[in-house]
Amino acid sequence: MYDFAYHKPSSVADAVKLLAADPDAKAVSGGHTLLPALKHRLNKPSSLVDLSGIAEMRGVRREGNALIIGALTRHHEVANSEEVKSAIPALAYMAQHIGDQQVRNRGTLGGSVSNNDPAADYPAAVLGLGATIHTSKRKIAADDFFLGMFTTALEHDEILVAVEFPIPEKAGYAKMRNPASRYVMAGAFVSKGPKGVRVAINGAAACVFRQSEMEAALSSNWSADAVAGIKQPADDLNSDIHGSAEYRAHLVTVMAKRAVAAAG
Amino acid sequence: MNVVTPFEGIGASVKRKEDLRFLSGRGQYTDDINRPGQAHAYILRSPHAHARIKGVDTAAAAAMPGVAAIYTSADLAAIGGIPCGWQIHNKDGTPMAEPKHPVLAEGKVRHVGDPVAVVVAETRQQARDAAEHIHVDYEVLPASVTMAQAQAPGAPAVHDDNPSNLCYDWHIGDKAATDAAFAAAAHTVVFETTNNRLVPNAMEPRAAIGDYDTTTGEHTLYTTSQNPHVIRLLMGAFVLQIPESKLRVVAPDVGGGFGSKIYHYAEEAIVTWAAAKLGRPVKWTADRSESFMSDAHGRDHISRAELALDAEGKFLGLRVHTQANMGAYLSTFAPCVPTYLYATLLAGVYSTPAIYAEVKAVFTNTVPVDAYRGAGRPEATYLLERLVDVAAKQTGFDKVELRRRNFIPTDAFPYQTPVALQYDSGDYFSTLEQALETAGWATFEQRRAEAKARGRLRGIGISTYLEACGIAPSAVVGSLGARAGLYEVGTIRVHPTGSVTVLTGTHSHGQGHETTFAQLIADKLGVSIANVDIVHGDTAKIPFGMGTYGSRSLAVGGSAMDKAMDKIIAKGKRIAAHLMEASVEDVEFERGTFRVAGTDKTKSLTDISLAAYVPHNYPIDEIEPGLEETAFYDPKNFTYPGGCHIAEVEIEIETGEVRMVNFTAVDDVGRVINPMIVEGQVQGGVAQGIGQALLEGCVYDSHGQLISASMMDYTMPRADDLAPVSVATHTTLCTHNPLGVKGCGEVGAIGSPPAVINAVVDALRDYDISHVEMPATQEKIWSIIHGKR
Repeated sequence: MYDFAYHKPSSVADAVKLLAADPDAKAVSGGHTLLPALKHRLNKPSSLVDLSGIAEMRGVRREGNALIIGALTRHHEVANSEEVKSAIPALAYMAQHIGDQQVRNRGTLGGSVSNNDPAADYPAAVLGLGATIHTSKRKIAADDFFLGMFTTALEHDEILVAVEFPIPEKAGYAKMRNPASRYVMAGAFVSKGPKGVRVAINGAAACVFRQSEMEAALSSNWSADAVAGIKQPADDLNSDIHGSAEYRAHLVTVMAKRAVAAAG
Repeated sequence: MNVVTPFEGIGASVKRKEDLRFLSGRGQYTDDINRPGQAHAYILRSPHAHARIKGVDTAAAAAMPGVAAIYTSADLAAIGGIPCGWQIHNKDGTPMAEPKHPVLAEGKVRHVGDPVAVVVAETRQQARDAAEHIHVDYEVLPASVTMAQAQAPGAPAVHDDNPSNLCYDWHIGDKAATDAAFAAAAHTVVFETTNNRLVPNAMEPRAAIGDYDTTTGEHTLYTTSQNPHVIRLLMGAFVLQIPESKLRVVAPDVGGGFGSKIYHYAEEAIVTWAAAKLGRPVKWTADRSESFMSDAHGRDHISRAELALDAEGKFLGLRVHTQANMGAYLSTFAPCVPTYLYATLLAGVYSTPAIYAEVKAVFTNTVPVDAYRGAGRPEATYLLERLVDVAAKQTGFDKVELRRRNFIPTDAFPYQTPVALQYDSGDYFSTLEQALETAGWATFEQRRAEAKARGRLRGIGISTYLEACGIAPSAVVGSLGARAGLYEVGTIRVHPTGSVTVLTGTHSHGQGHETTFAQLIADKLGVSIANVDIVHGDTAKIPFGMGTYGSRSLAVGGSAMDKAMDKIIAKGKRIAAHLMEASVEDVEFERGTFRVAGTDKTKSLTDISLAAYVPHNYPIDEIEPGLEETAFYDPKNFTYPGGCHIAEVEIEIETGEVRMVNFTAVDDVGRVINPMIVEGQVQGGVAQGIGQALLEGCVYDSHGQLISASMMDYTMPRADDLAPVSVATHTTLCTHNPLGVKGCGEVGAIGSPPAVINAVVDALRDYDISHVEMPATQEKIWSIIHGKR
């Protein structure tokens, strides 16, 4: 780990100021991706802006037909929130199956979504539910947020403050974990609700994406059988020692099927 | 005074004495030790598999804050290379190729992770910062990454003076007799396989601290070692030329070894040498990434095996050709692993009359390979137990019956195999029947049908294995190329008021010696285990012993203690005879009490020890004061644990995922001292065996970059990858050591991989395959089920 300056602001405004003042600053919340990268010297920020002291970025609340979850809310809190469990059980289920207990006790919604690791869980839920990202300066639709591997629409001095999840009629999540890292090798988050029928695929490609053929099939027939015959093209999918693109393509269909079955 | 205590002797499942320390975070590991004024070393390692070093510029790094020194191979010109502890001879009688293994790379780097330079600085961070400013001018060379590449004509030479990349071409057994057996066979079966390379991954990374006393000239090395005396001998005599009297090696609490901490590593020599050079302690601790590319790896064989059977299924002959990867340099015991710890095991539990095996050891541009839990024996067992299943399938014999038909009969011991070993005892029929019963072998088809209804393929697999451990008779191993003796030593120090300290040359790094050895003392001398302390791991405290590996600590080290206790008892009887005014021949001893036979006259061990240290009324002219005895024990033979492992798996048809659903182990480990510790040892070994079979695989890319270089990509088994492991023992006693013990540390890792793969292949019986290579990953299985290969 290289030396860096450390700041712990107590408001979003102060955090934005700190980030704006230093082009090489990094925001950190749970630190589950950033700290290992720092320890491996793969990242060399001049300063870290620790968001964990910003009270306004915490908590789960219901507003009308949506859940608004603060960016600093930890996976364990989402998994065990009565509000989330009753409104979007698939989201609580997803949070309960991120990493292991230690990860869930530290990792945050905002950290996972802004990092946009292709093998992370949360981006699938955000895209699969058609959520809206609330930042320090604007609101961004999920469809416009995830731009590519580890890349989002967030600007350098823009902080993800909360995510607004519309409450669906049905939603389900299924994933195959990489046997070594236990990150997602291929996953599917499906929903039917105010944002239509959505199928978001994570783990399989460089960035979470919507599987439109499956969405069309589910729109006319919401059933696992409807997606069972749909083959995901293997082109452009990830390939590594644990799963070829072809295997991942197969898993996309299997996980979509399971996600629909879980959604009921 | 006799105190009634719960039985703590041989056979009692007492809780481990060391666990309070370990479980409460109060172990004292090498990295927990900090010496006054200590500096920190960082090792700059090669990023290339094979490259010529055209120059190393350290000037910028030397000017960095906190840097005390930077060393490259030029600074180490006066010290020796890292020695190899075993010399194999080729078929033609010539010695193996033994290229120099420099402490720091000289002229070339030969694997990713090869140490190139050392930075010593005030802090570890500063040392690492400075290392980033060392400029190494590499000319990258093509690499021989696989054994096939290394043996191809014109292959890049790992060592310039050995263009063939061959370390040795060795054989064992009777070729003519084996060929004749094949000529007469009714059936011949061929099986080819790769035994996957593994990364050991002990929980505690390696660490070393060099310390030097400028006033006395004494060196101290604290290191994560399974055998401090071996390190003292190799490093002192061959690398740094330090006399034993001036070199102390301390291996404190060590968090797992599995073989990987047997060897003498470059970092030990570096910190010891640098501490003397700088006149201050120097500490190095590996991070996990360094462990992946600098700890010796395990396994990595490519083999072809052929079995000849007669019409009734009796094995007539076995022919094996194996290539074994040595990596870039010879690690301490690497040459013996695929020879005397492998090919000598190819008889297994079977009475095959003719066996011939050839082994080629090959250098490649990869991390050195050496012994890893089981060391050669898992490779032999896997080859043989898969071959028997393949033979059963091909010939139509039932796989259990085929095994039974070829078992060495229980009344045939001692049994001389055609590959050098003589088994002293065993009962393979009983361990088989007990395992079949426990695993519900007879009712398996019902479970398979039930699983099929759930969309899963269920399979059951068996392995009837044998291993040779308790290493080893010194004269025998010496004749086979060992450059060391493999006896063990124990000192029993009975203190004046009757408590006992045991000094042992073995080393505990997870095995529970502090408990098991104390139980030996409790059983024989009648001293509560609370009053027995086991001292190990410090050459300044213990006599010269050989350490812990090859499941030897109890069979060899425990036997030394037993011999030393015999001496204590013999001396005690003489003292007791004096005190009770009896003839020494009339004094009996049992668990702490000396008694004049046929009388109620007794003396306790404490009475005797007090008399020995306070010799007021004492035959001082005939018996020396004190009650402390040392015994060295050189075993007469290896010990031969064996048994039966049965694995049951389920495969998810849709995804190819393999789940362990049940595992049964019935092992003959000889006399059991602590059943709970044996159960834990077997379960741990089985976990590693399941890891090898289903999960673990070390992967290099075509350039020799280590792809599986972290826990993100290398699949270590987790608890949820395993299944309930039922462990039972069926004992036949070892006939040649005083305790009747055989060893339990490696049986789990040896017996289990073929049982698991046999189960996977059985689960896939409806598909047209005869084998699945390890690790049987989900994509491999999915490809088979979905006709992709």
